[in-house]
Amino acid sequence: MLVHSRTGRWTAWIVFAVLFVPLFALPLLVIVAASFSTNWSGALPSGPTTAHYAAAVRGESLQALTTSLVTAVTASLIALTVGTWAALAGAALGRKGKRVLDALFMLPVAVPSVVVGLAVLVAYSQPPVLLNGTRWIVILAHTVLVTAFAHQSVSAAIERLDPMYEQAAAGLGARPSYVLLRVRLPLLLPSLNAAAGLCFALSMGELSATMMLYPPDWMPLPVLVFTATDRGSLFTGSALAVVLMTATLLVLLAVSRIRNRASFR
Amino acid sequence: MASAVGAAAPAGRAPTRRRTTPVWVWALPPVAVLALVFLYPLALVVQESLAPGAYTDVLASASFREALGTTVWLAVASTAGCLVLGFVLAVVIAFVPFPGGKAVAKFIDVFLSFPSFLITLALLFLYGTVGMANGLWTDVTGDPAGPFRFLTTPWGVLLAEITYFTPFVVRPLLAAFSQMETAQLEVASSLGARPLRIVRQVILPEALPALAAGGSLVLVLCLNEFGIVLFTGAKGVTTLPMLVYGKAILESDYAAACVVAVVNVALSVGLYALYRGVSRRAGA
Repeated sequence: MLVHSRTGRWTAWIVFAVLFVPLFALPLLVIVAASFSTNWSGALPSGPTTAHYAAAVRGESLQALTTSLVTAVTASLIALTVGTWAALAGAALGRKGKRVLDALFMLPVAVPSVVVGLAVLVAYSQPPVLLNGTRWIVILAHTVLVTAFAHQSVSAAIERLDPMYEQAAAGLGARPSYVLLRVRLPLLLPSLNAAAGLCFALSMGELSATMMLYPPDWMPLPVLVFTATDRGSLFTGSALAVVLMTATLLVLLAVSRIRNRASFR
Repeated sequence: MASAVGAAAPAGRAPTRRRTTPVWVWALPPVAVLALVFLYPLALVVQESLAPGAYTDVLASASFREALGTTVWLAVASTAGCLVLGFVLAVVIAFVPFPGGKAVAKFIDVFLSFPSFLITLALLFLYGTVGMANGLWTDVTGDPAGPFRFLTTPWGVLLAEITYFTPFVVRPLLAAFSQMETAQLEVASSLGARPLRIVRQVILPEALPALAAGGSLVLVLCLNEFGIVLFTGAKGVTTLPMLVYGKAILESDYAAACVVAVVNVALSVGLYALYRGVSRRAGA
């Protein structure tokens, strides 16, 4: 306890509330409120309606939602595979090798997403591989962006892993592949699961690289939110944003439930 | 896989090498994938930026210089704001506990999983030409146009960036505070130190590594931020990522876009290397 006096404690709490509520709580509430209304010219929104949601779950919007989900799931799975592989290989390398590998795989975090988009666009709009105009260019860019996070969280988990288990297994005569599949990967499962959630959330909200790349028939939800607000349909945009947030949260919740169940076993 | 061997003994020096593949071979496939989808495209961007005259044209243009200036000052100011705000919030959550504090910490985690442009969208309803603040003004004074019109200026971007990136500072701070000895606080306080003095002389020194790590990450993320600026829709606010987008997609001037991209990458990768150094030293 830092503050012992009653007034001091209340002062701290009031300062906290004054900073926290308008800056963090209000924005999310405002988007939800706007998504249910048609007009906002007073202090509060007016004209309650659910029409934006009715529009948000069919036609173009529904397609954008499935586009986002498919992109996020595909990108997360590939990123998880590549990131985990790199993390496992890095752990086996010496200090120097691991450092180089870590630096290489963290580079996409430091490079602006817009530049990742530009680079992928430049590279795959020309032979030998022509991906421009297909959905694969979007999925590719998302994969590049989230692999860094997958690699980072899995390699942190590998460092925390107790080497006793694998040494015991190896000492009992298990082959390296058996140790990997039956000892290390099961022990890493909770972290892999958490990394999957992180990758999914990042990919669902990705806008910068996507804006550079998306073909007309593969338009993820964030792009649709932007085009809606850009032409002035702020209320439709906020309904789409709420759909985006809800979809992300539901998947994150499902992922963390799987994690809890797995850790009980 | 050879990882079990590598964990026990230093790699590459194992005397029994028969039949086992060297450890580094296992690192090749992921590196090859990364090279194909990321390093090779990045190299092409650098190559494209070397087109004759591209650098001199872009570096001499007023729009580029302005964008560079705006990007840097916005990033620095946002980082400063996030550090101050994040420190205050984290100190209250950790050391002046209140009912629901855990929920607030959880909320901050959730906040991190949302895309940044949502904040700008929300600010449009809070301080936009129609929206809560201006609507309130109209209701109270009867004046149809409210006084809040900073959203399309750099200040709007600054507010959005501070809001969105503060959780990136709060999280490492809370992690650092949870490992801190509360006995130090009790001792300082029983020796008669006032709360503000404890914050300054006990908590702040403990928080410095986390602040440095969080702050440099936020600085890099702010330099690279695109969604917030795009959603603001302000013609007057152009940052480097916006310039890359504008040159490439709106003007189809790829050489110029690549030059701006190279400058932006150099700026953020340099700072990111610094961040990695700082956070490694801090043990974060």
